[in-house]
Amino acid sequence: MIEIKGIVKSYPMGRRELRVLQGIDLLVADGEMVAIMGPSGSGKSTLLNIIGCLDSPTSGTYLLDGKDVSRLSGSELATIRGRKIGFVFQSYNLLPRLSALANVKLGLSYAGVRDMRLASEALERVGLADRANHRPTELSGGEQQRVAIARAVAKKPSLILADEPTGNLDSKSGREIIAILTGLHREHNITLVMITHDPGVAHFCQRIVHMSDGQVVSEERP
Amino acid sequence: MKDWLEPFSSALSGVSMRKLRSFLTILGVVIGVSAVIALMSIGRGTQTSILTRIESLGANLLFVRPGSVSQFGVAGGAGSATSLTYEDGVAIANQVPGVVSVIPLLNSSVQVISGGKNTRTQVVGSTPEYQQTYNLVMADGVFFSQWDYDNSMRVAVIGPDVKETLFGSGSAVGKEIRMANTVVIVIGVFQSKGQSTLGLSDDSIVMPMTALRTISGQRTTSGQYIVNSLVVAVTDKELSGGIVSDITAVLRERHRLAATADNDFTVTSVAELAETMSEAMSSMTLLLGAIAAISLLVGGIGVMNIMLVSVVERTREIGIRKALGAHDWNIWVQFLVEAALLTLAGGIIGVGAGWGVSNMVSRFGNMATTVSADIVVLAVSVSVAVGLFFGFYPAWHASRLSPIQALRTTE
Repeated sequence: MIEIKGIVKSYPMGRRELRVLQGIDLLVADGEMVAIMGPSGSGKSTLLNIIGCLDSPTSGTYLLDGKDVSRLSGSELATIRGRKIGFVFQSYNLLPRLSALANVKLGLSYAGVRDMRLASEALERVGLADRANHRPTELSGGEQQRVAIARAVAKKPSLILADEPTGNLDSKSGREIIAILTGLHREHNITLVMITHDPGVAHFCQRIVHMSDGQVVSEERP
Repeated sequence: MKDWLEPFSSALSGVSMRKLRSFLTILGVVIGVSAVIALMSIGRGTQTSILTRIESLGANLLFVRPGSVSQFGVAGGAGSATSLTYEDGVAIANQVPGVVSVIPLLNSSVQVISGGKNTRTQVVGSTPEYQQTYNLVMADGVFFSQWDYDNSMRVAVIGPDVKETLFGSGSAVGKEIRMANTVVIVIGVFQSKGQSTLGLSDDSIVMPMTALRTISGQRTTSGQYIVNSLVVAVTDKELSGGIVSDITAVLRERHRLAATADNDFTVTSVAELAETMSEAMSSMTLLLGAIAAISLLVGGIGVMNIMLVSVVERTREIGIRKALGAHDWNIWVQFLVEAALLTLAGGIIGVGAGWGVSNMVSRFGNMATTVSADIVVLAVSVSVAVGLFFGFYPAWHASRLSPIQALRTTE
């Protein structure tokens, strides 16, 4: 479903260009669970942003479900983000002024989903049904990340992208998060691409992609 | 949650979470709207009360006043009477059909003395018909009679303010006052008429014109008695007819005006007077409203300023929303609705405050005020329009943020 060929991303830096991605080729099949590892500045997040349609590549092609999305307009990308992709960030990125349930509902409304019962179901799935009306500040880090996962999966996306989802959590909470993510992956056959620094987390994935200096250097299957 | 409701609830939570700042932001709009409401209601109220007073005089009155054109020395008028005279009034009464009566008015500013107290006041000389024409109600004593008039009796009917000044709380009827070394007997005190732009103020005296003439009368070179104006009462039917031109013709002939000369007098009906006053008051009200509207503009700029700050502060929120699939227009509408909600709230609070102010003015300032629905609707919709106008750029700015840049922003 994800077919990336020769993706280059460069940013202007004064008079020179900073090439963050130097020609990436990557294939991720439907329902696959892939970990991306690599040192800071290797271009992992930039790649994930492009996969997530938050950013467009400078050159190269990106086919998502057979459709070339590398040249789409901002509005078309927004539609794809809303319908197909769920994000889980390292810093949770919940809106602090909204309750857990309202945060999940917000994700549904931007996806154009009208059935708001899905929000409660998603919270139930991550084990937070009883905390639906708490604000993020009243929740622990692990709980906040579970709300973020509920927000990402409530609209039943085909692709979940996680950028170091356990990076801010203690190991116990981290394991819970990974358990939820792998569980969702298995139950709904969701494609999952995850950036992580933790080899223990990457170990749960079917494939590990190693990046360095804007290139894919190796792949392994644990 | 319905799809189209989303920007409203997002905007509402944006407003309610920053209550103090939201309030300060809209304070400019609140002040602007309340100023518009208060000033417009005072203007409207004054207009209404003046019109009511004019119309209470009766619609079947015509006012004849000396014109100002005579000041330019029109050749045809030179040497003849340049002012109205008592005799003009008699001629109108005798020659114009449909005229019920003509009341001459002689105005004079006179120093009035009683005992150790004195005051300068307006004295009106007229005929006994004056009382009925001007709806004078007596608080004490009587109005002067035809006999008083015919015999130039030095009697006076004084206003409540004059009575207060000269006699305090004691009775005035039967007391003597002196005007320019002439002794005049007070025979009555009329009731207060409140503020009046037309007719009689409370600080004035009415007496027979025949008597006032002996104190401060003026004559033309041909010996006629000058009056300041003539009030012509006509039958209702005649008012719509050519009575104005009939009166004009009589006066032109008496004043020996050449065919090409302008009138040296004006004839105005109460209806015309009311119309002129109404127009003048309307433009005055509009002017007051326009001045107040400037503060609304300043309030709008304040809203724009805060909205820009708010967009910067909430960059990360915008990034999150975009990552969740929000389109540019979702963000745009959210911030636009937020600005409009702010100013709408400001408008509603402002209407309340303005209504309060105009109530206070009418209670303690002894002025009539009218808060009319059209002004309220106008003020509230203008304040929403201010929000939409001044929220437009900040909202557009917010919607154009790149999701990546916005997400990278640290809170």
